[in-house]
Amino acid sequence: MSILINQHTRVIVQGFTGDKASFHASEMIAYGTNVVGGVTPGKGGKTHLGRPVFNTVKEAAAATGAQASLAFVPPPYAADALMEAADAGLELVCIITDGIPSQDMMRVKRYLRRYPKERRTTIVGPNCAGIISAGKAMLGIMPSHIYLPGNVGIVSRSGTLGYEAAAQMKALGIGVSTSVGIGGDPINGSSFLDHMARFEEDPDTRAVVMIGEIGGPQEAEAAAWIKENMSKPVVGYVAGLTAPKGRRMGHAGAIISAAGDTAAEKSEIMASFGLFVAPSAAELGTTVARALASVA
Amino acid sequence: MDIHEYQAKSLLAGFGVVVPAGGVAYSPDQAVYVATELGGSHWAVKAQIHSGGRGKAGGVRLCRTYRDVAEAAQGLLGARLVTNQTGPEGKVVHRLYVERATAFEREIYLGFVLDRKIERIRVIASAEGGMEIEEIAHNKPESIMQIEVEPAVGLQPFQARELAFGLGLNLKQVSQAVTIILGCYRAFRDLDATMVEINPLVVTKEDQVIALDAKMSFDDNALFRRPQVSEMRDPAEEDPREAQAAEHGLNYVGLAGDIGCIINGAGLAMATMDTIKYCGGEPANFLDVGGGASPERVGAAFRLVLSDRNVKCILVNIFAGINRCDWVAQGVVQAAADLKVPLVVRLAGTNVEEGQKIIRECGLPIHTADSLMEASQLAVRLAAGAVA
Repeated sequence: MSILINQHTRVIVQGFTGDKASFHASEMIAYGTNVVGGVTPGKGGKTHLGRPVFNTVKEAAAATGAQASLAFVPPPYAADALMEAADAGLELVCIITDGIPSQDMMRVKRYLRRYPKERRTTIVGPNCAGIISAGKAMLGIMPSHIYLPGNVGIVSRSGTLGYEAAAQMKALGIGVSTSVGIGGDPINGSSFLDHMARFEEDPDTRAVVMIGEIGGPQEAEAAAWIKENMSKPVVGYVAGLTAPKGRRMGHAGAIISAAGDTAAEKSEIMASFGLFVAPSAAELGTTVARALASVA
Repeated sequence: MDIHEYQAKSLLAGFGVVVPAGGVAYSPDQAVYVATELGGSHWAVKAQIHSGGRGKAGGVRLCRTYRDVAEAAQGLLGARLVTNQTGPEGKVVHRLYVERATAFEREIYLGFVLDRKIERIRVIASAEGGMEIEEIAHNKPESIMQIEVEPAVGLQPFQARELAFGLGLNLKQVSQAVTIILGCYRAFRDLDATMVEINPLVVTKEDQVIALDAKMSFDDNALFRRPQVSEMRDPAEEDPREAQAAEHGLNYVGLAGDIGCIINGAGLAMATMDTIKYCGGEPANFLDVGGGASPERVGAAFRLVLSDRNVKCILVNIFAGINRCDWVAQGVVQAAADLKVPLVVRLAGTNVEEGQKIIRECGLPIHTADSLMEASQLAVRLAAGAVA
């Protein structure tokens, strides 16, 4: 098993015929992902990479039974593409695009709540590397060869730091069930916590690595949830111990931000909730090995 | 992106927010001219820098004569103001804003911020505005009123009324405050702001409600659709190296250490800096070359890192996904040809074999490493002069 996607998941690509999308869609197909078509408004009826192109996500979903989408849509149009996918009833959209306005994401998140929870679309990203269920399917832009199939889940805000974790684990012979990049933007489609809950339920995931960054409340919230609800060991790491304190403007940010925003504070919070905190980014792999040994 | 007080006031005035009459000045003569044009007998000469806390730092001068105005302008222009928001290096004053001074009875705090925790706009108000608002928020959090704005419908008049009555305003003042609160909200929404702050919002003896100060920050990702905001950019407020980096699609922040860093991805960049520190070294900078790093962009990254004279060693750490190691390696080899400091290169990910081959066969004294730990340890030793 794995979470979010596997080799059977029927996938479409939004913005299918663009250069970058074409390149990464080819890589996804080569990895074994079940890409059943794509959407580019105005190019419906054509064939691209041997798959049908549709004008709208609804048409694509009706014709192919698509369940998930990878969105490669430029920032000004990204929110629209996400809402279109949600309206067409896709279960999952992964959005790679970097540079989407925060208020657009705010509206997208609000739009999703129009739908009852059981048919609400999960958004992964934006500004992320995507999702890979090792050896099964890939919905993203990551170098697939660094993921050994196995039993450890990864959730990371940073794309490249997620790669770092997977590569260190592979070097130790530790494999990945699914790796999810939730993206580095202030407002994400889904959070650490959303995916932690999925990993807890996945019988093939034995441990999870959570890789955070400075800023925002997500890591601390997830750590508190893990302590209460998670039976599997979790490795935590937060990048940015040496990051300079940002210059700021005005008091409003300081008034609403509770303690726990810095890398040091978040690492401490993680440790206090019983996570295995990696002492440095170079020891993600060895810390995972330690976490796995604790339940062996 | 941040803008100046006078720019924020002109934008907010367009949304019905009442502000004092004022004008911009770049010289003492101009400041006096603005004061004469404004008329009246009291003026505030205010330093325009992208920071709060200007009052405490001596950046706001109250003047009673034109001579006072000239002297205040003379003293402020070119001065370096250090506030609790600028960092220790402070900011140099290049522009002034001259306003008719307003006598007031009360100071109120009004703030709007994009709250990432609730993924909504949050409105914050306090009956105790002025310079100590953060202390008040910390010591008496119950005195701060807060409203979360439902994005589907926006801030409603009843919510603005709740705030206005909650602030203890009288009936004459409430309707003016409601106009200002709703105006600030619409400006926030329509201009893609991330922060709007009126501190203080003042009440005069004549029951007038006026925004005496204004700060606005904007979402960089939305500037493409807000030309009226992006043209307010003031390059003098930006770090020159950071601005130069942005021109090449790089993200750079200078630091105090001696190991120059060239890395892809903000997370990996921070993690590499942390690992350098963990190994006993000090990073000289944060630098994210981003996705799709061409040899040209890598070359620009080297020039930028080397413009810091403290750099004794450079560490390149690329984990390529959307990037390609061979492309990055070409850029590294071109840039390293006349390099005076030792260079450590760690490549991983897409096209790693091709990239490593280019580095190996270039004939330059480049140190290579396979892992993050190995690369960091090597860079720390080289910066300390421990290995040739």
